[in-house]
Amino acid sequence: MTDPTVPSAPLLRTPLHDLHVAAGATMVPFAGWSMPVKYTSDVAEHVAVRTTAGLFDISHMGQLSVEGPDAAAFLDHALAGRMSALAPLQSKYTMMLAPSGGIVDDLIVTNTHTPEAAASRDPAAPTAYLVVANAGNRDAVLAALIERTTTAERTFDVVVTDTHRALIAVQGPRAQAILEGLAAAGRLTLDASSGATLADLRYYRSAPGAFDGETITLSRTGYTGEDGFEISVAPERAVELWEAISAVGAPHGLVLAGLASRDTLRLEAGMPLYGHELSLDTLPAQAGLGRVVVTAKDDFVGREAILAGPPADAPVLVGIALTGRRAGRADYPVVLPDGGDGALERVGTVTSGVLSPTLGHPIAMAYVAPHLAEIGTALAVDVRGTAVPGEVVALPFYRRAKES
Amino acid sequence: MSTLPADLSYTSEHEWVQIEGDLATVGITTYAADQLGEVVYVALPAVGDELTAGAVCGEVESHKSVSELFAPLGGVVSEVNASLEGEPELAGSDPFGSGWLFRVQVHEPDLGHLLSAEDYQAQVDALS
Repeated sequence: MTDPTVPSAPLLRTPLHDLHVAAGATMVPFAGWSMPVKYTSDVAEHVAVRTTAGLFDISHMGQLSVEGPDAAAFLDHALAGRMSALAPLQSKYTMMLAPSGGIVDDLIVTNTHTPEAAASRDPAAPTAYLVVANAGNRDAVLAALIERTTTAERTFDVVVTDTHRALIAVQGPRAQAILEGLAAAGRLTLDASSGATLADLRYYRSAPGAFDGETITLSRTGYTGEDGFEISVAPERAVELWEAISAVGAPHGLVLAGLASRDTLRLEAGMPLYGHELSLDTLPAQAGLGRVVVTAKDDFVGREAILAGPPADAPVLVGIALTGRRAGRADYPVVLPDGGDGALERVGTVTSGVLSPTLGHPIAMAYVAPHLAEIGTALAVDVRGTAVPGEVVALPFYRRAKES
Repeated sequence: MSTLPADLSYTSEHEWVQIEGDLATVGITTYAADQLGEVVYVALPAVGDELTAGAVCGEVESHKSVSELFAPLGGVVSEVNASLEGEPELAGSDPFGSGWLFRVQVHEPDLGHLLSAEDYQAQVDALS
């Protein structure tokens, strides 16, 4: 199908692209998009999110809408979790599985129908869900969702579309104060119907609202290990929202933050990244995410393979803390500690690794043989010929201090 | 755009070389430092190591990436910047000063393959 003489498609741009360039961001290709990898220093951006706040453009992520009377039953069939159990305005981390049990993508699904609609208890009332997919899998997830609306037994009455909305994340301990500042300025409101204020909006809950009168959805979610919010907004209003949050956030120490810091933040927080820790060749249980799959529900794509489970000797995901300053990076071999003869025996592979800005030592996630997965097991990473010693540690590497 | 010291020579691998007699001091350029971000580890050759011009002789690692160092000239390593062991970030924050990397006693100073500041600047400009 692909004609090699046709040049690859130009990179996609988010509605905020020109602002990133004007702010001096280093732009890089990422999953077909031109995205800011950093604005100033990736470490400074990382530290800002841990201590004050960072502003991320994540509009490259897919925001897919699933609407219709069968939406809940359809998602129970198409995805790994029990989406029909989601309360109105509740979100859940879940996955789309292949029939092989491998992971097509990891997703956040939100039940977007309001409490009033739920209270009507009309079984025919339309239900709606928002499925947030990784940028690199956006089209594959959309296509698979559409394909899964029809099975041998039935056709689900749903409409699946890509909303093409923009997505902006405000992450860090000052995130709530910053958005409260925006509310105090009269620019951000949450719908009274959701019953939530910014202060009492719980983790993995969302609230419909408005920015300068334009409908938005605000969720207390993130990919950094800090408190924070993700705001879905119409693309034509994304620039104003970005600039408003930047202005209100500046006195709080908010900085613009790129994909490099997003990656190191999520890695410290032990969160998997599709294409690194998760893939079509990985079953959720191998990644320590067996709990995401609800096998007690009726037929769903991947069920038989999940029930069969991975082979007993299939590699499993672990966290490894290394000594020194040199990081074991993606694809570096995990080896047994150097016995002194210089021979390195490979027992696994690093999927993500970095010198942790918060902890000061290198951290890595890696797949290793299951008998080496116990906390405290001495392992090493082959860093370009040198076995850098370390040990298996519990994930996450970093957990924020809870407020009183 | 920062101004490159005109009295230094440069390589297409984004290193600078200062020649004084038969001693050549080597560091990375501002462009390389900017591309790397914060330097967290520098692996240098050892004093006494024999370097071959163009061969890999070390590496500079930042949070996000690893870059190899290439010997700009052949010779014997006469000195390394010991302060980089405790403060590797100097290689990125002060690349033309306290972040210098190592000195080589050059066998035959053949500078023909090195670039002038002007030529190197043109090469960097073409990258951006």
